Amino acid sequence: MAETLHQTRLVVNGVPHTVRVPARRLLADCLRHDLGLTGTHLGCEHGVCGACTVLVGGLPMRSCLLFAVSVDGAEITTVEGCRTADGGLGPVQQAFQDCHGLQCGFCTPGFVTTITAYLRDHPDPTEEQARQAIGGNLCRCTGYQNIVASVLRAAELQRREGRGR
Amino acid sequence: MKPPVFEYHRPGTVDEALAMLAEVGHDGKVLAGGQSLVPLLNMRLAAPRHLVDVNWLAELDEVSCDPAAVRVGALARHARVEHDPQAHDAVPLLRQAIGEIAHATIRNRGTVVGSLVHADPAAELPAVLVLLGGTMELARAGDGGRRQVAAADFFLGPLESALHPGELATAAVFPRPPAGTGSAWVEVARRHGDYAICGVGVLVTLDQGLRVEAARAACISVGPVPVPVDLTDALGGQPHDAADWAAAGRLAAEAVDPEDDIHATAAYRRHLAGVLTTRATRAAAAHAAQRAEAAR
Repeated sequence: MAETLHQTRLVVNGVPHTVRVPARRLLADCLRHDLGLTGTHLGCEHGVCGACTVLVGGLPMRSCLLFAVSVDGAEITTVEGCRTADGGLGPVQQAFQDCHGLQCGFCTPGFVTTITAYLRDHPDPTEEQARQAIGGNLCRCTGYQNIVASVLRAAELQRREGRGR
Repeated sequence: MKPPVFEYHRPGTVDEALAMLAEVGHDGKVLAGGQSLVPLLNMRLAAPRHLVDVNWLAELDEVSCDPAAVRVGALARHARVEHDPQAHDAVPLLRQAIGEIAHATIRNRGTVVGSLVHADPAAELPAVLVLLGGTMELARAGDGGRRQVAAADFFLGPLESALHPGELATAAVFPRPPAGTGSAWVEVARRHGDYAICGVGVLVTLDQGLRVEAARAACISVGPVPVPVDLTDALGGQPHDAADWAAAGRLAAEAVDPEDDIHATAAYRRHLAGVLTTRATRAAAAHAAQRAEAAR
């Protein structure tokens, strides 16, 4: 039996897309397979690891726990949308490079989106708050110390950028 | 893994949703936040033939406070209730407990009413509703289809509530505790954000002289449903800053009947129920005193 397809509209990183997908298409798979945005990584597929975190209407959510049809019309930001306007590394990405915040890089997209949203609301976190902010994301390489340092470095870069304006 | 095939329905009004749920009956499941349902689908532990997506029912997206209670509509996300200043002022236990539910990312999508209907024995909100003596508002298609079920009658077993097939839980009502009441939520989990091995919510009401007038707890992860425990016998009449908190802990440890599983032994869970009740009663009494001070 052919599955019913549902027309679904998503605005991803500012670009509108219309896709026709089965109802069971996870948002993560829609981004990767239907839109070719493979920056979003699927780890556990049951909401534990945080690798697939994207911003929906600006709020971090697990894209493995959302059906694309159920966020019809939403504004989505993926890791591809966390770069600068001219295509360079965004402040969070730059901080990860500066602080060696990644090794294999699989979990990094989920960290970048989560931290981007967190710093928007908390521009000057303490180390303890930085640790809390990434509490829902797993990394099996780094031991987290350099990711915590990256959160603090990203905050510093953003403040500097804010002053430069 | 990926979820199994299902038929997707997107009602635009509550009446449409109720009509669809009536039609699909046992084969249907409501999709709200999906933060518990979608993992079950992804792991193929559940395979409903129909999903009725209530995310477009704006009329259910409400949090309202009146002198008697905080009423939370079926589409209000955890994060919204957690950060609502009026809801926090009326029933501080909501923010205290919701902050322990998974991670902020999950709370951005998951709903309060969805957690209640899911009736996980390790979940915080069923215990909060039981502790406060709250009610669930349920609806089904047709005249006279609305009913209210008291929290004490709503949770029947692990992942089992009094909601009938074809019914939609439209709201949960969390009554304001009496004046002079403080609250606390404490739990122990292997990792931050995991389900609790044991969790305890407590309400302590103080009299005018700041002595304990009433105290009760609800414990999670130590039985098929939240376990309410009246602690007034252990603490009644004692001062807010020097009561026999350990006696309250002993009462709770005696009241629960946990089982062994891969996460913890029954004995460890019972031990935790005692220790956490001791801590929570002390914290709730301090909270009550602090609120009494602020109200002066």
